[in-house]
Amino acid sequence: MAVKDQTPAAAAVKPAVAKPGRRAQTKQQEQTRWGLLFISPWLIGFLVFQLLPIVATLAFSFTNYNPVQPENVQFIGAQNYVTMLTDSKVWKSLQVTITYALIAIPASFIFGLLLASLVNSVFLVGTSGFRTLFYSTSMIPVVAAGVIWAGVANTQTGWINLFLSALGVQNPPDWLNSTFWIYPLLVMIGFWGLGNLMLTLLAGMQGVPTEMYEAAMIDGAGGMRRFRSITIPLITPVIFYNLTLMIIGAFKYFDLAYVLKNGTGGPEDATLFYALNFYKNSFEYNLMGYGSALAWVLFLITLALTAILFWSQSRWVYYAGDKRR
Amino acid sequence: MTSAATTAGAKSSGLSNKQRNLLSKVMTTGVAFLILLLFLAPLGYMFTTAIKSDTQMSDPDAPPFWPHSKVTFTYEGQELEILQVPTPNGGTQELAALQKTRTQTTFIDPENPEAGQFVWEGNWRTLEPVYERDAQWQNFQQAWNDLNFPLLFRNTLVIAIFGTFGAVASSVFVAYGFARFDFKGKNALFTILIATIVLPIQATLVPTFILFSTIGWTNTFLPLIVPHYFANAYNVFLLRQYFLQIPRDLDEAAAIDGANPLRIFWSVILPQSVPALTAVILFHFFFAWNDFFAPLIYLVSKPELWPLSVGLQKFNALYGRQPNLIQAGALITLALPVVIFFLAQRVFMRGIVFSGVEK
Repeated sequence: MAVKDQTPAAAAVKPAVAKPGRRAQTKQQEQTRWGLLFISPWLIGFLVFQLLPIVATLAFSFTNYNPVQPENVQFIGAQNYVTMLTDSKVWKSLQVTITYALIAIPASFIFGLLLASLVNSVFLVGTSGFRTLFYSTSMIPVVAAGVIWAGVANTQTGWINLFLSALGVQNPPDWLNSTFWIYPLLVMIGFWGLGNLMLTLLAGMQGVPTEMYEAAMIDGAGGMRRFRSITIPLITPVIFYNLTLMIIGAFKYFDLAYVLKNGTGGPEDATLFYALNFYKNSFEYNLMGYGSALAWVLFLITLALTAILFWSQSRWVYYAGDKRR
Repeated sequence: MTSAATTAGAKSSGLSNKQRNLLSKVMTTGVAFLILLLFLAPLGYMFTTAIKSDTQMSDPDAPPFWPHSKVTFTYEGQELEILQVPTPNGGTQELAALQKTRTQTTFIDPENPEAGQFVWEGNWRTLEPVYERDAQWQNFQQAWNDLNFPLLFRNTLVIAIFGTFGAVASSVFVAYGFARFDFKGKNALFTILIATIVLPIQATLVPTFILFSTIGWTNTFLPLIVPHYFANAYNVFLLRQYFLQIPRDLDEAAAIDGANPLRIFWSVILPQSVPALTAVILFHFFFAWNDFFAPLIYLVSKPELWPLSVGLQKFNALYGRQPNLIQAGALITLALPVVIFFLAQRVFMRGIVFSGVEK
C-alpha cells in the first residue's frame, strides 16, 4: 500500500521539474517502486519476525513473564540481569560453550583443510567420488547423526571402544558419561557436518592462480611451505567466512547436545551449552522473562563477536582486489 | 610388501617421473580411502546394529560386529541351545544341551540324535555357544510401526513442502529486487539482510513464541511454515548472485517490447535460473527435514504432529534399551535426504560453493 501511494505524489511533483530531469526522476521513482515492491516480503518479515521481536525480547527481559500466569507479569527492572551474574548455570553454560568452541573450531579447520587438500590433490584417483562421499554425511539429519554416534560411542557394543580394545587400549573411555570425553565425541560428530567447509575451502584453493605456485617452486619452496605461504593466505576470505559461522554456531549449539543427553545437559552439566540453558529456562521452567535476558545477552555476545571478527579482518584476511592494502 | 619394496627402491636407485607419479597416486588415494573408511564407519555400525536381534544386543558374549543368532536344535518339540563341548582328544564338538545344571549337562548330538545322550561334567555356562549369521530384516518393519513412520513422514513432508514453496517463492522476488533495481538505501538494506545470518534464533524466540501462542498457532504446523514466506538471507544471497550474472541486455530487450518488471522476472529471469532455483529448493527442503529446534519448541506436546527429527529423538530417549530398532529408525530417517543428495549432488554442491565463496 505504502508503495502504491507514491504514484500520486510523483504526479504532483511532475510539473515543477524540467523535462529531462523529470524523466530521470520518474525512472528513478519507478525503480524505487518496483525494487521496494519486490523486496517487500523480506522487509515485512524482517520487521515482524526479527526487528520487533528483538526489541520485544529486550522489553520482556525486564519482566518476570511466565506463560503459565501471564496476568501476573511485572516489571522487575534489571533483576534478571543481576540474577544472571550469580546464576552458576549461566557461568557453567558459558564455560561449556567456550570450551567446546576452543576444541571444535581448530579441530574442524584442521580436518576441513585436510579433506579439502586431499580432494584437491592431482594425485587422488576418483576425486569426485571422494568429494561426494565426504560431503554426503552433511546430509544426514542431525538427530539421526546423534543417534548413530551415541550407539558408536556405547561402551558395550559401540565400535569406537571395540576398535580401541582391539588396539590394546586398556580402559577405553565412557564417551557419553565422561565430563571430559564428551567433548571429543561432539567434535567427531561435528566432523560429519563439515561438507560445506570442505567445499568452500576447496573452491578457495582452486581459485589460487597456478603461476604463484610455479613461481614459488622456482624459488625452491617445498610443498608445506607453499601451502603455508600461498594457499593459506589466499583462502583467508573463505576461512574468515567459515570462522564467523562457527563461532556464532557455538553459541547457538543445541541439537546434538539435546539428542545425545536427552536435554539433561549431563554429564554434570558438561553439555549445558548456552542455547540449551536458554531453552531450559524459557521452555521447561517457563521463566520467559529470565529467558529473554539470557537471549539478549546472547544477542549482545553475537554482536560483539561479529564486530571483533570484522574488525580483525583487515589484519589477516587477504582480498585480492582490494586497493587499500 | 611390493609398495615397501618400491619405496626402498626409490631411495637407492631413483625412480622415473612416471613411477614417482604412480607412487604418489597410490599413497594419496590410499590415505583418502582409509580416512573415508573411518569417516563412514558409523554408518556400518548403524546398518549392522539395525539388523541384529534383541538377544544379540543384550548378550555381552555375542559376536560384536555382524548380526548373529545362537544356533538351536529342535528335539522332541524343545528348542535346544547348541554349545561347543570339549572332547577327550582336546578338540570341541557342537552338541545340543538337553538338560543344563551347574555341575553336569546332558547333551545330544544334533547330527545324530539316535546316538543317545552324553553327559559332560562341568558348568555349562563356561561353554561357548555356537552362533550363525542371521540378519533380522523385520527390524525395519518393526521400527517403521513402533515409531509410526507413516505419520512422521507425512508431517515432515507437509512442513518441508509448504515451507520450501514459501521460502523459494519469496526469496526469488527479493533477490530480483536486489539484483535489478536501484533505489535509495538498497545497499544498506542488503547489508542488514546479510547480517541476519548471524542473528541467533534465540534472540527473537520468546516474543515470537508468545505471539504464536496468543493467536493459537502453537501445536500447529503454522509457526514452522509461515515465517519462511518472508525470504531469508542465504537464499536471497545465492539467487541474487545468480541473477547478477544474467546479462541485462535480455531484460532491456524485453522492456523495449513493453514487458513490465514482473513479466521480465517471470519470462526472462526465472527460466534462466533453473540451477540456482534447484539448489535453493534442495537447501530449504533439507533444512526443513533436518530442523529439530523449532518443531521441539512448537510441537513438543502434540505427538501426532511430530516430524521425523522430534519423533526419532523422543523414541531414542524412551527406547534406549532397543538400540537395534533405534538404528533402524535412524537409517529410515536419513535415507531420503541422502538419496536425493546423491541424485542431485552436482547442482547442490555448486550451490554451496556459490553462496559460500563469493562473499
